Amino acid sequence: MQIGEIVEKLGLTVLVGEDLTAEVTGGYVADLLSCVIAGAKPQDLWVTLQTHVNIVAVASLKEVAGIVVAESAVVPAATLEKAAQQGVVMLSSSQPVYETVKQLVALGL
Amino acid sequence: MPGSSRREYHVDLHIHTVLSACAEVEMIPPLIVEEALHKGLHVIAVTDHNASGNVTAVMEAAAGTGLAVLPGMELLTQEEVDVLCIFDTVEQAQTWQAQVDGWLLPLDNDAEHFGPQFLVDAAGDFVAEDARMRKVPAKVGIEEATRAVHALGGLVIPAHVERDVYGLLYVLGFWPPDLEADAAEVSHNLRPSQAYAQYPSLRDIPVISNSDAHFLDWIGHTRTVFRLEASPSVASLRASLRQGAGQGFYVP
Repeated sequence: MQIGEIVEKLGLTVLVGEDLTAEVTGGYVADLLSCVIAGAKPQDLWVTLQTHVNIVAVASLKEVAGIVVAESAVVPAATLEKAAQQGVVMLSSSQPVYETVKQLVALGL
Repeated sequence: MPGSSRREYHVDLHIHTVLSACAEVEMIPPLIVEEALHKGLHVIAVTDHNASGNVTAVMEAAAGTGLAVLPGMELLTQEEVDVLCIFDTVEQAQTWQAQVDGWLLPLDNDAEHFGPQFLVDAAGDFVAEDARMRKVPAKVGIEEATRAVHALGGLVIPAHVERDVYGLLYVLGFWPPDLEADAAEVSHNLRPSQAYAQYPSLRDIPVISNSDAHFLDWIGHTRTVFRLEASPSVASLRASLRQGAGQGFYVP
């Protein structure tokens, strides 16, 4: 499923990302970046409340399809700028992590 | 050290008092000072969780003993990273405290579950109980907090960076390239040489070690020896950190 389709069906806000054609094949949830480095897989959609700028480098490193920041958490400008530079898709969900993941599961992920 | 203007100071920049809910009730100013001197320390910093209300009491308790006490705080940032913030004067610490209080959720401490938070005087006698819940993340990012502490003239040292609770490397995965902190602290579990080997992102960062004492016997258990060119202060500590391990400081 393409990331753009998920954005549309879940009503997510696109914070950073022009190309929303990346394929999503799974999901990963964690706020501790050492866990994400160890556990996330390429093409996962990563749902988190962590907004520190390091999330961009971790997303790049793990080649995840994109980051979903849950609960409308405020993302610092430094994080958004770095994501734009590195071409990392960043989305925002108004829903808490649990609700966001339920919606992703309902889409068949 | 004959022939040198430098003197070696044994320094422990991470000590809690009874203002930290998780500290033992014995962590009162006169006993902290006595224990620090007994352990051969020359400089300590008082660093309670998001709190600095006991720094004056410890400084008063140390007056005339030869022990230098720097006022500080262990800040918990919004990323859930513990960061030591260390100042020269009580006024700086109080200014910082006012900023931090504005970033804390207005929750009451549940002393039964988390432990009480006591404000005490220089003799260690009870003054008041701090009703506010301190060990919650402040709504400030680590870079912003670092800039703010530096603007006040303080020192910034992320605490026990390798630990899996509130440790920077665990929470943020690696040292943020734009973080302008003065040093990294590792806990007693890790030697600085091991830290450099395990965490390449620390490459350009001075790594020190402190006790993080929550009970008396632990004070000075882990320490850093600084070769200071002037009396202990934020400026002289920073100068030694910048000279690098071996030259300016070492972890014995």
